[in-house]
Order: sequence, then C-alpha cells, then structure tokens
Amino acid sequence: MNEAQANPLFGIEAIVVGASAGGVEALLTIFGELPEGFALPIIAVLHLPDERRSQLAEVFARRLRIPVKEAQDKEVIVAGTVYFAGPGYHLSVEHDRSLSLSQEDRVHHSRPAIDYLFASAADAYGKGLLAILLTGANQDGAHGLVHVKQSGGTTVVQDPDEARIAVMPLAALALHTPDHILTLSRIASLLASLESSPC
Amino acid sequence: MDKSSDIELRLLIEAIYLKYSYDFRDYSGASVKRRVAHALRQFDCATISALQERVLHDPSAFMQLLQFLTIPVSEMFRDPSHFLAIRQEVVPLLKTYPSIKIWIAGCSTGEEVYSMAILLREEGLLERTIIYATDINPASLEKAKQGIFSLENVRAYTANYQQAGGQRSFADYYTAAYDYAIFDKTLRENVTFADHSLATDSVFSETQLISCRNVLIYFNKKLQDRAFGLFHESLCHRGFLVLGSKETLDFSAYSKQFEPLVKQERIYRKS
Repeated sequence: MNEAQANPLFGIEAIVVGASAGGVEALLTIFGELPEGFALPIIAVLHLPDERRSQLAEVFARRLRIPVKEAQDKEVIVAGTVYFAGPGYHLSVEHDRSLSLSQEDRVHHSRPAIDYLFASAADAYGKGLLAILLTGANQDGAHGLVHVKQSGGTTVVQDPDEARIAVMPLAALALHTPDHILTLSRIASLLASLESSPC
Repeated sequence: MDKSSDIELRLLIEAIYLKYSYDFRDYSGASVKRRVAHALRQFDCATISALQERVLHDPSAFMQLLQFLTIPVSEMFRDPSHFLAIRQEVVPLLKTYPSIKIWIAGCSTGEEVYSMAILLREEGLLERTIIYATDINPASLEKAKQGIFSLENVRAYTANYQQAGGQRSFADYYTAAYDYAIFDKTLRENVTFADHSLATDSVFSETQLISCRNVLIYFNKKLQDRAFGLFHESLCHRGFLVLGSKETLDFSAYSKQFEPLVKQERIYRKS
C-alpha cells in the first residue's frame, strides 16, 4: 500500500501514446531509452497521410531496443512490444486486451484517431492505463484523455512550450488537467523508470 | 464490476437479438460501443436503456439504428493492388471452370460487387458467373441493387480502376446524370442480392471464390471463426477466399485449412 502511495505509477499495465505533426521525432525521443526487456505494452497512434503503406514500424524497429510492429486485427497484446496503428484504420483495445481495427468515420480528419485508442484502452485497462499525448496540429486525443482520467488512469501531456506544434497539447489542457505536464526527456525517463516498478 | 453503460449495452444487443434476430453479440466491443454512443446522440436519447425502449417498441427505429450499427464504408477497386492480384493470379485459374459462382459476403452498398463484375467482364468471365451479394442491412442492399454512386466518389474510383489493371475507360461503365454515376445494369444481370447474416445464417451454395473484405474486422474471434467455417464449407476444393487488406486468417482456428496464394493481398486458397 505504501509503495502504491509513494509511486503514483505503481500498477500501470499498459501505455498508450498519441502524436500528430512532429510526432516521429517526439516518439523517437520518448521511446529511445526503453531498455531491452521493457515490461509493458505500448500502443501508439501517430497521424499519417492516408493510403500510404506505413514504414513507421520498420523505422522504429531499427531505432529501438524492444520489438516494434504494426498492430494487426485480433492480435493479443504482448508486454514489452510497441504497436503502431497502421494508416486508414482506427485502432482499439478490446476488453480481452486484444487489438481491433475499424473503419468508422474519421475523427478530426484522422483515421486512426487518438481519441478512439485512448477511450477503448481506458475501458480495457481502467486504472492500469498510462496515456501520453504529444505534439500535434489538431484536437485529437483531448477527449480520449478525459475518458482515461474518468476510468482511473494516469494522464500525461507534453509541455506545450516545448512541443514542436503546441495545438494538440493545448487543446488537451483546455479540456482536462492531466496528472503530469512534462518535457519529452522527462517522459522518456518516466517510461524507462516504469520497468523497475514492481508488478 | 461492469459499468452501468456496459450493462446497458449488453442488454441492448441482447434485446435486438431477441426481438429482431440481428446478432451483434459477437461483434468487436469497442467499435459497437462507439457506434451506439453515436446513435444515442442522433436519437437524442440520454441513456442506452432509453434507446433500447424505443427500438424494442418501434421497428422503424430499429431500422434506423441498424444504419449506425453497420458500417457502409466502401469504395470501388479499393486497394487496387488487391484487384490487380486477383486479375493476375486468380482469374487464370477461374477460367478453367465452365461456370463460376462467387459470393461477396457483406457487400454493403455494392461497390465491391460492381468492381468484381467489371473485372470479370474484362476477363470474359461475367457471362458464365453468378455472383451472390449478401449483407444484413436491407437499406444497403437496396442501394447496391440500384448501382448509383456519387460522381465525386466515382472520380476517385477511376484512379483505383486504372491502378487495378483496368483495360478500358472507367466512364464506359456508367452514365453520368447530375451528380451521380448510374452504372451499366448489365453488370448486375447475373448478380443475386440477398439478405444473409454471417452470424446466424448457414451456407446456401457451393462457390469458387468468396470475397469478404473489411467485414471480419468488426467480428470477435469466435464470430470470425464462424464466418471462416461458412466460407470453408461453401468453397469448392481449392476455392479462393479473399479478405480485406488488414484481415488475416493467421489468428484463426481455420488458419491450417487455407493457404496463402498472394499473402500480401490477402488472397487465400482452400487447402
């Protein structure tokens, strides 16, 4: 119990991350320090121009020490893996902690939408979810963060002063007071520190 | 413990099944939840229970709700490389059959049906093919039967058609009228449009090829396996199964009963 009080990130079971314009660099920074054998799954939506075969997973796989892949429909989420949403489909987390794809309308002109990933992951993981929203030029993710908070999860927004494009962090801050507002390097250390938390 | 809204959602889905025999119980939950939330706003209902009451007592309200529960997102020659692969890898084998039956499962508003019909016509196969185009949504089927699509969309489909190996001018297949493209009705002379549910109905014919694209992603694994079971039963020896670009047999109980022919394009063959 004391441990849980001392470390607000005690009990985190999964991490979701949303980013848009400026996101590749930001994600490389926050994932860059993740050690081999990292204990948690990470599921990320990075907005991309549609209809393009995404190279994201390949690009990140070359740069990170943990496995990276494009999320597949009905795939069971495995700890220590980074999953990227592919272009043209929304990515959700199901109650049984598998991934699912769908083609509902775009949200804030985006498919995949950060809001859909965050809200569905909040339903699946409740207080075990850590949600991180980074740089971007639209409003996606703000409602998703609210949903994460309402479900008992932990929310982090990139410091808008530092964000390459501050629109997305600012939109989130206008709607929701996150647990933490952090720079990318602080987010990177926070993620790396999760590995040593007792499960 | 489930949240109240999760309980209400389950009850709504159960009520729909009991009253109307539409079975969404094994659909992927996250997407159904969002679509019902969307419907709540459109129906101006404060809770899912309120929506359930409306739907149970008013069949026309149910038909409206059905339009939210099904996702009519489609385009012609979507994923052109997929259709090109069908032309190059599957058609030569289909040509060996004296008559061909094709099942387009979950045909929605018909874009996939007309794409397939055009491809078959160009390959000289349409006259000896019967296409069964099925869906659970009567409004979508009605639209599919008409073959009228917005001209704006059809312009985008033209590029798809060309990339898919189209041999003519796409405009040969439709007549433009105001903002619409009315597709050549001879394309659907051999098409039977029918109400069929992969969740509750059984196999109705032997087929040589089944196309079911961007339907299975809305099902959970159990329902996906039911659908794969129907496809396996319907397909003739060495018949073809083609799926959407993000759909796979890999996680299915039927993965061993099919082999990939063009894996990248989700074209499988019954083993």
